Amino acid sequence: MASPTPRERPLSPHLTIYRPQLTSMTSILTRITGNALIVGAFLMVWWLGALATSPEYFAFVDGLITSWLGDLVMTLSLWAVWYHYLAGLRHLYFDSGHGLDIPTAEKLGWACIIGSVVLTVLTLIIL
Amino acid sequence: MRFLTDRKRAEGRGASHTGTQHHWYMQVSAFGLALIVPTFLVIFGRALGSGYENAFATMGHPVPAIVTGLVLLVGMQHFRRGAQILIEDYTRKSTRKVLIMSVIVLSYGLTATGLFALAKIAL
Repeated sequence: MASPTPRERPLSPHLTIYRPQLTSMTSILTRITGNALIVGAFLMVWWLGALATSPEYFAFVDGLITSWLGDLVMTLSLWAVWYHYLAGLRHLYFDSGHGLDIPTAEKLGWACIIGSVVLTVLTLIIL
Repeated sequence: MRFLTDRKRAEGRGASHTGTQHHWYMQVSAFGLALIVPTFLVIFGRALGSGYENAFATMGHPVPAIVTGLVLLVGMQHFRRGAQILIEDYTRKSTRKVLIMSVIVLSYGLTATGLFALAKIAL
């Protein structure tokens, strides 16, 4: 017979107990970039709100986001979008049951890292 | 004594208690975002720092306004679920609940603010 009270479920183990590997690092980076993009999302909404408010307020917010610090945050956010984008596509591929052997998974990891940098540079050139 | 077996308690729900709903939503939203995010990056990147007149005219056009609205709406729902799993992985009890509620409130708050701004600019 089952015990009447279910045991408390365990939390995820601490990341520090694992030896760093390309596959785990690129996976963790997916989570970090995805969550860090809240900063870029907040700045974009602030910018839109300012655009809807008045030319003076827009000049203030737009100036802030295109200052050197704003440029740095937006460039990092751009890279975060591209990294998360590629890692997300990789996730969809993994989910369909493909590319899970270690050599392929490692190649896909490098594809995410190198691809995200290349796409960031290309986007900056286009803009 | 309860006459519920472990199997009966687990059936169809999994660790999340919602079955595969979350996973399916993330797959669908990832696919949708993959379609529109590149276009959005170019629209927003070009409008940024291009001056009030130009930015206002750009964001007022149907395609930039729709793409931006969609990225914001779907992106924030995608974020809300991703962030919730992060919280569920590393916190428990009241901390977990407060953080999850905060993430949901923040997501809807940003979405509503952004959509209101877009409506005001475009209409």
